[in-house]
Amino acid sequence: MSTVLSFFNYWVVVALMMIGFYCVIARGNMIKKIMGLNLFQTSVFILFVTSGKVTGGSTPILREGVELYSNPLPHVIVLTAIVVGVAITAVGLALAVRIQEAYGTIEDDHLGDDDDDERLALEARQRR
Amino acid sequence: MSDNGILRVVARFLIPLIMLFGLYIQFHGEYSPGGGFQAGVVFAAGWILFALIYGLEDALKVIPQRAMYVLAAAGVLLYAAVGLLGVAMGGRYLDFYPLLDSPHAAQQLGIITVEFGVGVTVATVVMLIFTMFARRKSEWKAILEEGDEET
Amino acid sequence: MNIVDLMPFSVLVPLIASAVVAMLPGRTLPWALTFLATLISAVIAALVLPAATDVTLSYPFGNWPPPIGIEYRVDAANAFVALLVSGMATLALLWAPISVNREVPKRQGPFYALFLLALSGLLGITLTGDAFNVFVFLEISSLATYALVAYGSDRRALLAAFRYLIMGTIGATFLLIGIAFLYMMTGTLNMADMAERLPEVRDTRSVRAALAFIIVGLGLKLALLPLHLWLPNAYAYAPNFVTIFLAGTATKVALYVMLRFIFTVFAPDYSFVVLPLATVLMVLAVAGMFAGSWVAMFQVHLKRMLAYSSVAQVGYMVLGVSLVTAAGLTAAFLHLFNHALIKTALFMAIGTVMYQTGSAKIDDLRGLGRQMPWTMTAFALAGLSIIGVPTTAGFISKWYLILAAVESGAWWLVGLIVLTSMMAVVYVWRVIEAAWMTERPANLPMVREAPLGLLVPTWILVALNFYFGLDTRLTVGAASAAAEVMLGSGVSGVNP
Repeated sequence: MSTVLSFFNYWVVVALMMIGFYCVIARGNMIKKIMGLNLFQTSVFILFVTSGKVTGGSTPILREGVELYSNPLPHVIVLTAIVVGVAITAVGLALAVRIQEAYGTIEDDHLGDDDDDERLALEARQRR
Repeated sequence: MSDNGILRVVARFLIPLIMLFGLYIQFHGEYSPGGGFQAGVVFAAGWILFALIYGLEDALKVIPQRAMYVLAAAGVLLYAAVGLLGVAMGGRYLDFYPLLDSPHAAQQLGIITVEFGVGVTVATVVMLIFTMFARRKSEWKAILEEGDEET
Repeated sequence: MNIVDLMPFSVLVPLIASAVVAMLPGRTLPWALTFLATLISAVIAALVLPAATDVTLSYPFGNWPPPIGIEYRVDAANAFVALLVSGMATLALLWAPISVNREVPKRQGPFYALFLLALSGLLGITLTGDAFNVFVFLEISSLATYALVAYGSDRRALLAAFRYLIMGTIGATFLLIGIAFLYMMTGTLNMADMAERLPEVRDTRSVRAALAFIIVGLGLKLALLPLHLWLPNAYAYAPNFVTIFLAGTATKVALYVMLRFIFTVFAPDYSFVVLPLATVLMVLAVAGMFAGSWVAMFQVHLKRMLAYSSVAQVGYMVLGVSLVTAAGLTAAFLHLFNHALIKTALFMAIGTVMYQTGSAKIDDLRGLGRQMPWTMTAFALAGLSIIGVPTTAGFISKWYLILAAVESGAWWLVGLIVLTSMMAVVYVWRVIEAAWMTERPANLPMVREAPLGLLVPTWILVALNFYFGLDTRLTVGAASAAAEVMLGSGVSGVNP
């Protein structure tokens, strides 16, 4: 029981990571894939942030009367990683919008199977 | 959403506060939690709220898309320029100590300027992302309607 | 100004230039500034390489001493890779303007800005000595690459870019998990510092997990066999210039980072002991060599064919690594360099064909040898190099790989290398046969030789293939110095 509770944050991370990962793999809808990707990244952010907690430590702001601070470096790192995540989401959504315009759907299951080279070449030959 | 009276009143009250809070985070970033990233996003959120309530066209009158482009690049260049200034004055890249005589003031000046560049870039890039997605729909509709007329 | 102070500008010049290029109007101006920035970056990298051969150069940003501050840490290995990346980017840019004018007719400023971002990201990964910085630069270059791939003329480019984005992000996040574990165990992000502190905690599960996550994450970026699925489509449907640039640089940088983690951060006596890494890498490498070459033999689309061939060539590089000897690593670094030359030349030739005929399908190439003799000759000569015919660069790297295999007593690998080279003969020969041995069918349009702006860069690359096939002093010297640094015998202290 104590192992379960003392590693509480890791269980959260693992659960979130698996939900996100499953979402990326199992869903055909591109928006859902991006959501899964976000969840997956967020779980890593939590892993990073929780690693910076020092037992009994205060928030890392310089104050009088406080001796022990939590480690602020993981926060800074995660902040950068969040920005990277936002950029990825923006690019992914932009691509999804353009795919919607080009194909009329964002269900990725068999998208583009129709226009592989052999098929296009065959169609071109038939037209000739 | 522009017809809803409650939204308009609440937004009118909230938007200045959000933007002020953004600026607070920006200019206190060097010695308390905050900085360019967070400030830029909060500031842009205020603008996006305005765009959602009062419409994108009005929001773009406040800051045109072209200006966002220029400011986004200018923020990066400001960051780079402060970094290069350190090199020019005999230090390393992003070295703030050579900038002023007092080491404390030099660090503060360097961090504030750099974070201001970051803030400008982040705010305008977030606005740009929003604008591009919001405009895409109307552009796409226009393309589709044109196509219908042709056929 | 001494060379250490100049070093970070190899990354900074393209990075700063990208912000300016993004706003430039028209066509000539963005290209000119991009070329200038890339050339400066390449010149700096060329100056750094001789200086970094003997000592490890370190540049602390903001004058914060490492391991607190972020440093660029350059030794023989990353100076070599940085020169390769910036040099290849410069040569690719020579080929670019004519082709990009066709493929990106309007607003080329953002296009070239993305290229510069991708380049500075790749160079940043190569030069930095900070593990988290590797992740950030990896994402900068990847994000720019996704957008560049989506510029492709075909709608399939969008799908390729999206799938690349999903897989690339998973790979990068795996790397981040690995770095998070390493940070939790060592409390530092500086790679040299990490290497010093790791022995204390080497027997923990977290460190083993970190190694596994980093290998898988970078394996995705490297397109190592079961993780290569993003590569063929991304290469095939991206604009030709982007394909040329990526083929010469992206996977090479990923291989370098993987080596940096395996050899410098974890040290070979750890990474090859706790995990059966040598066996795993060797199996995947051999499988990649075969599967890549095999699939390449049946491709109709020539850019896809070359992309699958790239999967096979990544196999050769990783095979060299998996021998865990100085000779094997030298072969890996040699092939890293030579393959960039070969693939860039091949993709340039195919890109030139696409520019003139609008197609890269093998049926549309029939009889092209008489109509575009210079282009097809360039393809054939670069093809000789990928097969590994003596006097070409490809021969040198395969020769060193075979020597390394023999030295390790793995005679059976020699047979496999020769066999996959025979498969390369097949896929190159198909193109030559179509181009020279068949008549141009009446229903295909007559085409003329390509403009000089495309031919000259292609032939420069072909010439380099033969130059480095004959004069191996630079490449073998730099590659063996890089291998020594990786194995930890070549470092003789950090510069003051």
